[in-house]
Amino acid sequence: MSEAKDNSTQKLHEPLLHIVKRAGISRPKAWLIRLLAILLALVLNALIIYWLTGLNPIAVYKTMIDGSFSTKRKFWVLLQNTAMLLCIALAVTPAFKMRFWNLGAEGQVLIGALSSGALMFYIGDKLPSGVLILLMLVCALISGIIWAGIPALFKARFGTNETLFTLMMNYVAIQLVNTMIAVWVPSGSGVLGIMNSKTNTGWLPTIFGQKYAINIIVVAVLTVFMFIYLKYSKHGYEIAVVGESENTARYIGINVRKVVIRTAALSGCIAGLAGFLLMAGSAHTVSSTIAGGNGFTAVLVSWLAKFNPFVMVLTSALIEFLQKGAGEIAQAFRLSNDIADIATGIILFFIIGSEFFINYRVIFRHKAHKEGK
Amino acid sequence: MPVPVPAIELKNITKTFGPIVANKDVCLSAFRGEILALLGENGSGKTTLMNMIAGIYYPDAGQIFIDGQEVVIASPKDAFRYKIGMIHQHFKLVDVFSAAENIVLGLQESERFDLAKVNEKVRTISETYGFEIDPTKKIYEMSVSEKQTVEIIKVLYRGADILILDEPTAVLTPQETRKLFAVLRRMRDAGKAVIIITHKLHEVLALSDKVAVLRKGVYIGTVLTKDTNENELTEMMVGKKVSLNIDRAEPKDPQDRLTVKDLDAVSREGIKVLDDVSFVARSGEILGIAGIAGSGQRELLEAIAGLQKVGSGSIIYHDPKTGVDEDLRNKTPLEIRDLGVRLSFVPEDRLGMGLVGDMDIADNMMLRSYTKGHSVFLERKSPKTLAEQIIKQLEVVTPGVSTPVRRLSGGNVQKILVGREIAAAPTVFMAAYPVRGLDINSSYMIYNLLNAQKESGVAVIFVGEDLDVLLELCDRIMVIGSGRITGIVDARTATKEEIGLLMTKSEHIEGLHEEGGAKHE
Repeated sequence: MSEAKDNSTQKLHEPLLHIVKRAGISRPKAWLIRLLAILLALVLNALIIYWLTGLNPIAVYKTMIDGSFSTKRKFWVLLQNTAMLLCIALAVTPAFKMRFWNLGAEGQVLIGALSSGALMFYIGDKLPSGVLILLMLVCALISGIIWAGIPALFKARFGTNETLFTLMMNYVAIQLVNTMIAVWVPSGSGVLGIMNSKTNTGWLPTIFGQKYAINIIVVAVLTVFMFIYLKYSKHGYEIAVVGESENTARYIGINVRKVVIRTAALSGCIAGLAGFLLMAGSAHTVSSTIAGGNGFTAVLVSWLAKFNPFVMVLTSALIEFLQKGAGEIAQAFRLSNDIADIATGIILFFIIGSEFFINYRVIFRHKAHKEGK
Repeated sequence: MPVPVPAIELKNITKTFGPIVANKDVCLSAFRGEILALLGENGSGKTTLMNMIAGIYYPDAGQIFIDGQEVVIASPKDAFRYKIGMIHQHFKLVDVFSAAENIVLGLQESERFDLAKVNEKVRTISETYGFEIDPTKKIYEMSVSEKQTVEIIKVLYRGADILILDEPTAVLTPQETRKLFAVLRRMRDAGKAVIIITHKLHEVLALSDKVAVLRKGVYIGTVLTKDTNENELTEMMVGKKVSLNIDRAEPKDPQDRLTVKDLDAVSREGIKVLDDVSFVARSGEILGIAGIAGSGQRELLEAIAGLQKVGSGSIIYHDPKTGVDEDLRNKTPLEIRDLGVRLSFVPEDRLGMGLVGDMDIADNMMLRSYTKGHSVFLERKSPKTLAEQIIKQLEVVTPGVSTPVRRLSGGNVQKILVGREIAAAPTVFMAAYPVRGLDINSSYMIYNLLNAQKESGVAVIFVGEDLDVLLELCDRIMVIGSGRITGIVDARTATKEEIGLLMTKSEHIEGLHEEGGAKHE
């Protein structure tokens, strides 16, 4: 090709860059891109923090780490919070793998907590703690199943949109919790307070001297279970097939309705378990904010980990760490929470954004031209 | 006279999709007043190349010249500016709009929208080129050929003078094809550059002035149509001349295996898709099904496989072992399997129905067999062995058993699917368009596999689109038109014209060479 001709036609509106899908990428390279993204996010954050507050970014980052690791108690709180977030993420994962967009985990957790809380409130000291705990667990699981099962039934029967349906069920659950609290607390303060704080009936026992140990162990077991269930069980296989292509599922004779309802029920069941763990294992009270938005954060955790339960341990820990760190920064430097939120937001944005560069290559104009020669 | 400048010229165009090189250093020119046929097997990169001219893809490297000026076509809007119009294989029309409304859709004219004026202009264009179209007719009331006409008028209305047609005859009957060709010739005479993508040789020879050939994404050359012949073009297209040459044995001891009687079915939209269908499939023979795409072939196979609800009628399976007759009507695929009916089905939509694209080859093998056993866990060993076996026997090109099938090329995907279905040791084997999109060598492998099934005594039902192949491969050919059986002919004596005629016939009459099996009572 003649180079001269090329120069005479330089007034082209050729796009500055265009995007090409990668053929595949080696694992180390993918992790390098992710690492680079986090580093870049940290640098950008440092600049923004310095520009907005004039603080030393290194000190700020150190404070951030202190938020989770400075005391033993803080570390245990980090573990407990990670466990709870992970539990809810594990709940949404089978549904998501089936492309059933369960955005109702928040409500399913709430309803699980509410129903087990109701048992604590009404039966309270009339039963031995062990029996009560068992009853609470069963109730929480069943209510979680019902809360996720209703949208699933409607989807399987009438093809309704599960995203909207599960989302709406959250608000029903919130209002239900508020109503029950109004009934239970005659003073009208709207705060239930910690239940059975004297007798501790319906509280999970403390083991290894740690209040949260049981919660953490339960979620750890659940993580392993979910990994095996999705990867090695026939149910897991059916979930994958239905999620990938309903037509293929029909073609090989999978009862799609059954799988949808079964999987959504499992999803709700685990969310209900999370509600129970909150009630019996840590909070011992119920309010409409007890799930703290984790029902939605769990969606992020699950997606970031590409639905792999073991990777979800990392992603949930990361998000909890960022949140704790953000809180600590706000407190230590007497900043508004917004700055901390900006910082976490930037880190997450970069992590998610790095996936794009793992899947695609960006080619710039002159480079493309050179390659063409 | 000066040397004419090509209306459009491509230089060293390269486009890759991940590991797949769709086009490599392709050069091509098309002149005004000329019909250029772009010839190549399925998957040779014809459509990709044209999509780059139409602004749908952007080339990784290379240049495009319009009338000698280098241009950049980064979007369909750019293509429109350079008066390039492409008629895609899959129509892009709004069903509930009229022809005229579809034609002006998306146009940004400064003046007020005046439907009467549009109708008038559409009529003028129709008259100029000899289209038959009613501008006020709604798209959903139209036949495939009418829809195509709307697509063509749409680009003409926009003033396109470089027209690209992507496999326009794939959905047409021979009669409709003739009409289309007449129109294309008139466009050529009006000074437009026409590029037609096709893989059918006789059409190329009948219509074009020049032929450009692509093979596996590489530009092979351009020849004048008058100086070439079918053999030379085939050689350019596939490298070496191959003929079907299938050793078609007489059916051995044919037994009735599947008797379909008076079958009716209605689609989800409430349209009758199967109308009083009756036929018999026998063991040891290949029953071909011919028809214009979308005439009920898919619904028929899916009804047999338990995927399509049917109204009245019956689908009787004669079990060769027990001699028991089972009615498969409205049974689910699982119930059919539980009855011991060994029915294999290669659906038209391979990755959307036959396989799961993101799963690896071994896991796709498991689709048919994963329910076996009482364990709650999957048994992955035998599917893996089966996968390895199929890869070896059918020469599947793949990095390994753990490669997601989506990453494989069309031919290899189909080998996996057909291999799995054959591995189930079927007594009835149904395949819908099993060679669509496959290169010649893979196609032959599939034909031979079907033939081998027949010889081992399986009742094979083969829905095909290439009439030459149907005539060479099948024992009997059943023609379906608008959901009705319009005839069943002996493939050894029937001609293409007969079948073409039956394909367009909408009312039921007895077939020309009707055999005993499928008589109407």
